[in-house]
Amino acid sequence: MYSASELVLATRRGRRLTSRMAEGRAEQRIEPDAEQERVRDLELVAKCRDRAAFHRLFTFYGPRVKAYLRRLGADEDLAEDLVQEVFISVWRFADRFDARKATVGTWIFTIARNKRIDLLRRDQAAGSEEELSELETDPAPSGAEVAELSRMSDVLRNAIATLPDEQKKLLSIFYFEEKSHSTIAEELGLPLGTVKSRLRLALAKLRAMLGEDRA
Amino acid sequence: MKEKITHDDLLMAYAAGHLPAALALVVRTQLALSAEARRRYAFFAALGGALLETIEPEALRADAWERLERALARVEPAPPTTDKGGDPRVPPPLRPYVPHGFEQLPWRKYGPLYEVALPVGDGGFRTRLIRLRAGTGVPRHTHAGYELTLVIEGSFRDASGVHRRGDLVIADAEVEHAPMAEEDCLCLWVADAPLRLTGPLGWLLNPLVRI
Repeated sequence: MYSASELVLATRRGRRLTSRMAEGRAEQRIEPDAEQERVRDLELVAKCRDRAAFHRLFTFYGPRVKAYLRRLGADEDLAEDLVQEVFISVWRFADRFDARKATVGTWIFTIARNKRIDLLRRDQAAGSEEELSELETDPAPSGAEVAELSRMSDVLRNAIATLPDEQKKLLSIFYFEEKSHSTIAEELGLPLGTVKSRLRLALAKLRAMLGEDRA
Repeated sequence: MKEKITHDDLLMAYAAGHLPAALALVVRTQLALSAEARRRYAFFAALGGALLETIEPEALRADAWERLERALARVEPAPPTTDKGGDPRVPPPLRPYVPHGFEQLPWRKYGPLYEVALPVGDGGFRTRLIRLRAGTGVPRHTHAGYELTLVIEGSFRDASGVHRRGDLVIADAEVEHAPMAEEDCLCLWVADAPLRLTGPLGWLLNPLVRI
């Protein structure tokens, strides 16, 4: 488990980070512009069926979606096929994307995740299009919910970068490799309890940076 | 010693795409019902998106874009987003299993409980809708393994308090409880079957099952 002092430190660091960003003085922060461009590209795809905008999204996210699927065990052929399916969904459902609810990255991640699950469970009653994004299940999110989501996505990308490498690594292993905690522990040569507590510590830090007090 | 499974454990595993169908159905249904669950889930979904942007990319085949463009010529336009017209009482994730409303399901009575099994095609879990009339309860019991109870309508009370629409109760073998319906209560209920699952999901599933 993490100590109270570690949490306090993380929170202080987080507040500093957040306030710096609020003042717009974080020089290396190029992400929001990139995100705005991606949002604009996706809107161009939705409204104008713009192939050039779609190509830009494919060029950026295609190789990342492939890497994600490969890390989860898809072979080369399957990963290429699934990337095609993911981007056909991006093309077809672009008008359902809502920048107030999620970033482009989160939206595409959700589609890729669901395509993979769909493939694993061909016989399920619920199709992947039904669950294109859980963030859409609420027909009218409250203003507070919307504000919370967009603020969180913004801060989170930058917050991850401030995590110690070992915590970053654990988070990506959890999301990108379907391994048990004990397998992860074995491979990293760490006790199981350390793996679990580091994962929790990473989450607690990210939340502290988001200014959320729940851990 | 068994590790307690928390609500966040479930939300995170769901966000990462690691939950078996029965547990994923519980989480999806809760997300349809509870703004608080959506708020917590949004953190884990956003984390997945942020990590996707930091992953080491893997080059696509040279003809990947050409192939995609050819496919676009054949894709059908997306169906309209409008509600497909199911019973508004039934949360959308449950509609494939409850096509004509809750009343039309083949409810069976077991003591104070009415229940109907849902054919969620996933080994190792029992998935049911259960109903209790106001003022009736389930006799005090413990569990062989874990059980998840999501309130869809009404409310019930146990030692941990009153649970209402959208609340998810995670009970394990150490919990002894005697749920009592405060109002007519309808819940989605999932419990592990008495068998041990192995494989990559073991970290989450093994605490959910017990030999």
